[in-house]
Amino acid sequence: MKSILPPRFIVERDPDRCIQCQVCVNQCGWEVHYYDPIDDVVRSYDERCVACHRCVVFCPTHALTIRERPLDYRRNANWTPEVIEDIYKQSETGGIVLTGMGNDKPYRNYWDHLVLNASQVTNPSIDPLREPMELRTYLGAKSDRVEVDPDTLELRTQLAPQVPIEVPVMFSAMSYGAISLNVHEALARAAAEAGTLFNTGEGGLARHLYEYKDHAIAQVASGRFGVHPDYLEMARVLEIKIGQGAKPGIGGHLPGEKVSEPVAATRMIPVGTDALSPAPQHDIYSIEDLSQLIYALKEATRYTKPVSVKIAAVHNVAAIASGIVRAGADIVAIDGLRGSTGAAPKIIRDNVGIPIALAIAAVDSRLREEGIRNRASIVAAGGFRNSGDVLKAIALGADAVYIGTAALVALGCHVCQMCYTGRCSWGIATTRPDLSKRVNPEIGAQRLVNLLRGWSLEIKEMLGGMGINALESVRGNRLHLRAVGLTEAEMQVLGVKPAGM
Amino acid sequence: MKDLQRYQNRYGDDKVIEACGLFGILDTAGRRFSGAEVIQAMALMHDRGNGLGGGFAAYGIYPEHADCYALHVMTMHEQAREQVEAFLRCHFDVVKGEPVPTRPTPDIVDPPDLHRYFVHPRRDEASEVSEEDYVVGRVMEINSGIDGAFVFSSGKNMGVFKGVGYPEQIAEYFCLESYEGYMWTGHNRFPTNTPGWWGGAHPFNILDWTVVHNGEISSYGINVRFLEMYGYRCTMQTDTEVLAYALDLLIRRHHLPVGIAAKVLAPPLWGEIEAMEPEERRLHETLRQVYGSLLMNGPFTIIAAHEGEMIALGDRIRLRPLVAGVKGDRLYVSSEESAIWLVCPDVEATWIPVGGQPVVGRLGETPTPPETASAYVMPMGASLDMVKVEA
Repeated sequence: MKSILPPRFIVERDPDRCIQCQVCVNQCGWEVHYYDPIDDVVRSYDERCVACHRCVVFCPTHALTIRERPLDYRRNANWTPEVIEDIYKQSETGGIVLTGMGNDKPYRNYWDHLVLNASQVTNPSIDPLREPMELRTYLGAKSDRVEVDPDTLELRTQLAPQVPIEVPVMFSAMSYGAISLNVHEALARAAAEAGTLFNTGEGGLARHLYEYKDHAIAQVASGRFGVHPDYLEMARVLEIKIGQGAKPGIGGHLPGEKVSEPVAATRMIPVGTDALSPAPQHDIYSIEDLSQLIYALKEATRYTKPVSVKIAAVHNVAAIASGIVRAGADIVAIDGLRGSTGAAPKIIRDNVGIPIALAIAAVDSRLREEGIRNRASIVAAGGFRNSGDVLKAIALGADAVYIGTAALVALGCHVCQMCYTGRCSWGIATTRPDLSKRVNPEIGAQRLVNLLRGWSLEIKEMLGGMGINALESVRGNRLHLRAVGLTEAEMQVLGVKPAGM
Repeated sequence: MKDLQRYQNRYGDDKVIEACGLFGILDTAGRRFSGAEVIQAMALMHDRGNGLGGGFAAYGIYPEHADCYALHVMTMHEQAREQVEAFLRCHFDVVKGEPVPTRPTPDIVDPPDLHRYFVHPRRDEASEVSEEDYVVGRVMEINSGIDGAFVFSSGKNMGVFKGVGYPEQIAEYFCLESYEGYMWTGHNRFPTNTPGWWGGAHPFNILDWTVVHNGEISSYGINVRFLEMYGYRCTMQTDTEVLAYALDLLIRRHHLPVGIAAKVLAPPLWGEIEAMEPEERRLHETLRQVYGSLLMNGPFTIIAAHEGEMIALGDRIRLRPLVAGVKGDRLYVSSEESAIWLVCPDVEATWIPVGGQPVVGRLGETPTPPETASAYVMPMGASLDMVKVEA
């Protein structure tokens, strides 16, 4: 069938600059560029370009420019080019339109409508260059009180397992298979060096990365890929995945072509088979079932590891989180509307779920009203772009956040949203050996560590401005937030005052 | 429920922002003495306040009613007083009720009606609610339910005297020189955003706990949200209220020793905790993990007192002043060293406590200065005659 989809981008090659070196041919995972031996010249197929910019960045003479192709459909506020082209795609394939990465729709981004506080005169701000600033966070269930022997001062309270992180930012669940092994290794190395945690995702963990076990969150998803006693024993935290922000209520699907031999070995499935994670875990059809799995995992690991339950931010997220805490979870991870993914039905990604800011506020308030906030840590995920977003999430009530897209961007990702194809030119969302090796784990880890270091410095500056020297004093401290341009109802959910009050 | 914020915080600010002057004296031998010294000390620190609040707490002042809860109540109109008295008759056996003695003082304008009641709780003995919780509950009911009434002191054998004015004016108004107690604390208030409400002055009190406070707690928002989980209602928007409830929770309800409670409010840095011996380290880690939301961040100094004990504590990076001094059985704590010198010219030693390290004085324990304290000798040429303060 002849496609009637127009090319989205134009590849412009400056003939005066191009030296026909074919770097672009070699770098492009999309086979956009090709060498024509008859004319002895490099040319491009515009229609294949996804604007991942690999060729642009690597062209030694900067001869390439990628531009969005001007294509003036008749102006229509309802039938936008995106809507029309999605229909073209479906009429040509008869399938679900897939996409990668997170929601790119202009839903209100609450981080951009919240502003932070700073001290002036009555309370001195603290200069983080001169004074100690503490970002350490302990994840895990806390008790309601501490008991001490009044005579000997001996501690009588024994807390559930606690896991420290030195920066309140962890790496989101990204499975081996969805991302390359080198990226997995870069995340693991960076987590170890920065004193935080990475999340294996639902695809297990390659054996040689067990070295980073003290910084690993081992995910147990519906497919149970790669889940075995050693895997559970290895991790610092176990995470049961119920849902994901990019595709609430939807399972996972790693196409067979991405299931290479090493991926198959790690996932414990045959090479080349589709790895299907069903939407529900088939032993969890109720909150009681979830509780049983939580305690099964705790039993299996002798109560030495906190168990996290990850859900997508959806309408009744506060009530759901309350149930999860009462079911015995030590950590509730909530993934919001802008959470990313390797592959999701576009219609789900763009229309299901709620923004993470509202979910954090609702969950934190609900757990406090029920007097059980101490029983679990709250981890938020879904589109955190910078340290300002992170600190605002913490002020709303999160203990820490997960970053996925931001971490991949640090590794070179240009957010072309084509992760589901496995052809990532940057070697990130792919298992093709020739592409995967483009990420050097050591250099990648350094980029990630640098990112976390930069964010930490920025968070310390902002904390210092507030006159605060320990992160726990801003956690859930909504007085340090003000809303700009939000409705009364939104401010009520967020528990923040309008700016100026 | 009446809206206390209407009185205390008419602009709806997040919290009341204050800088202040503090002073405390404890005679650990239990000898009672008049309020003249603490009044003089507060008067010396006149400029640390702005006339919008002064107050004192005195312990051991009602030996003839030592078993009774002494409720000091301010009422804004006659009807409120009648309601309070009807409420008290319903829930307490009132041993004695009388006006709090006052004298006309030129700068004290428009004071409320001030009465005190010596009462025994009329509580069902089979009740699971402790006597203290019963009293706290009734005080909260009056403060939040009877319009124009406020209980500003509710402990045994102690009393709070406070109002709108400079502390020396408040002392004059309440005739404080005529009382004798074994422990006194004083407060000179510099609020920046309050209209000056009598109930909003310090000391802040519940049962026999009193707290005077200088500072602004940047962690106030999360401190309040944490305390709310334990049933406290923070209606006053003051940092001091949060501190009082935090101490009540940690010491009375969770039975933590004072020194441990101080480590919750002003904990060691993680780096310091890591350097501790394993058992001590585990204790401090656990305290921070469980009570991290009660860490009082930002500048503060408090003097907290209850029967037989006085605790002075500054924030962990020492952003607000605190000086301690010792002379014989007496322990002095102050915002300014000069105030200690004024009332105790032959003070044996003074020191500036390390941030987060409490100075604790107890009846029956002779206070000893730390090794780092300065044994004081009057500087050459200096004389106390150089300082003249009219109390």
